Amino acid sequence: MQTVSLEQSVAMIPDGASLMIGGFMAVGTPERIVDEIVRQNKRDLTVIANDTAVPGRGIGKLVAAKLVRKVTVSHIGLNPEAQRQMMAGVLEVELVPQGTLIERIRAGGYGLGGILTQTGIGTPVENGKQKIEVNGKAYLLEVALHADFALVRAFLADYLGNLSYALTARNFNPVIAMAANTVIVDADNIVPVGVLAPDHVVTPAPVVDYLVANA
Amino acid sequence: MGPQAVIARRIAQELKSGMLVNLGIGIPTLVANHLPEGVQVFFQSENGLIGTGAPPQEGMAHPMLTDAGGNPVTALPGASTFDSAMSFGLIRGGHLDVTVLGGLQVDQQGRLANWMIPGKMVPGMGGAMDLVTGAKRVIVAMQHTAKGAPKIMKKCSLPVTSLRAVDLVVTELAVIAFTDGRATLLETGPGVSVAQVVAATAAELSIPSQVPEMAL
Repeated sequence: MQTVSLEQSVAMIPDGASLMIGGFMAVGTPERIVDEIVRQNKRDLTVIANDTAVPGRGIGKLVAAKLVRKVTVSHIGLNPEAQRQMMAGVLEVELVPQGTLIERIRAGGYGLGGILTQTGIGTPVENGKQKIEVNGKAYLLEVALHADFALVRAFLADYLGNLSYALTARNFNPVIAMAANTVIVDADNIVPVGVLAPDHVVTPAPVVDYLVANA
Repeated sequence: MGPQAVIARRIAQELKSGMLVNLGIGIPTLVANHLPEGVQVFFQSENGLIGTGAPPQEGMAHPMLTDAGGNPVTALPGASTFDSAMSFGLIRGGHLDVTVLGGLQVDQQGRLANWMIPGKMVPGMGGAMDLVTGAKRVIVAMQHTAKGAPKIMKKCSLPVTSLRAVDLVVTELAVIAFTDGRATLLETGPGVSVAQVVAATAAELSIPSQVPEMAL
C-alpha cells in the first residue's frame, strides 16, 4: 500500500478507464476523488456503481461534466441529467437489478465466472443471457464484473490500509475493493495501526493499493 | 382516513413481531407509522441497514445513516449494518419475511409491473426485481385505479418485474389475494361495496359469498 496525494490518485487514471465507485445515492462515495476527476477532466469513463446519484452529488457530478461514456447501474431515476443523456444516446446505460449487480461484482472479486439467479427471468433483463436449470429451477447466468480501478470510501483506514466502514456508507465499498486491478481509498479518518482491531477490519490491507493522504 | 392511510394501516396488520420487513418508497413507507400496538418488526433498508428507525430529530441527522432513498433515518437499538451483497442475500436468500412495494399494474395471476413505462419512465429497477423474486411474502400497496383506469387488469401492458406472483394487493377499495393463479377478493375498503370493487377492477375476481369490510 502506498500513500498518495489526491492529485496523484487521479493522475494515474487514464481516459477511457473503467471505474467501480462506492456509494448508494452518493452516501459512501469518495466525494474528494470524484471532484478531482472532474478537475483533471478524465474522459470517456465507464462507471460501475449502484446508481447515478443526483445532480451535484457523487457520480452525478461525473455525469453532469459529460465524462462518462457508459454506466452499469441499478438505478438512474433520481438523476434527470443521466436520463436525458441516455435518451439522447450520449450515455450508454446498462441497467442491472441491484442484487444481481452486487453479486456480479462480488464474483469478479472472488475469482468466480459469474452467478446464477432467478432475478430477472421473464423480464427484459434475461435478453441475450444463458438460462441454466439446477434441480428443476431456471436461473440466469450473470457474468462477473471487473474494473480497472475501484474508488472506495472508508470510515477508518490504518497506516497499512486496513479498512472499516460507517453505517450505510458501507454498501458497495468492500465488494468493489475486491474486484478492480487498482484500489484507491479515500478514508474519513486515517489512524495508526492497532486502532482497528483485527475483528473489526472489513477490508484487509493487502487488497488496498493506494490511500489518499489528508490534504 | 385518506386512501393512503387506509392502505398503510391495513398492510400494517399483516406484520407480526420479529419479522424482517422491507418497505419500498411511497405508500409502503407509511406502513411503519401504522404498526399495531406492541408489534415490533425489523425494518430493512436495502442500502445496508436492519433496524431502520424514524427520521432523526432536527440537527441529529448523520450523512452516513440513510434509507434507500438517501433520506436521513435513525437506527433502533439492536440495529445492524452490512454491505450490499449481504443486503441482497437477505432479500433473495429466504430471510426477508415481507416486502411491501408500490405498483403500476398487477395482472390477474398476480404478476406485478412497477419498474418502468417504456418510452416515458426508465428509472432502473433498483432492488425491485430481487425483492419480488426473493421475499417470502410480497405485498403490493397501491391506489386501486390511476386517473380512473383500473390498475388490476387481465394482463399487464407494462413489463413485469418478476414472474413470481405477489401474495396480496391492498388498495383503498380492496384486499385481494393471489393464490393458485387466481385473484380472490378478501375484503373491501371502508364503506366500499363489492360491486364498486368489481367496477374498478379489470381482472377477473373470484368473489366468496361473504366479503367483510377491512377492520381498521
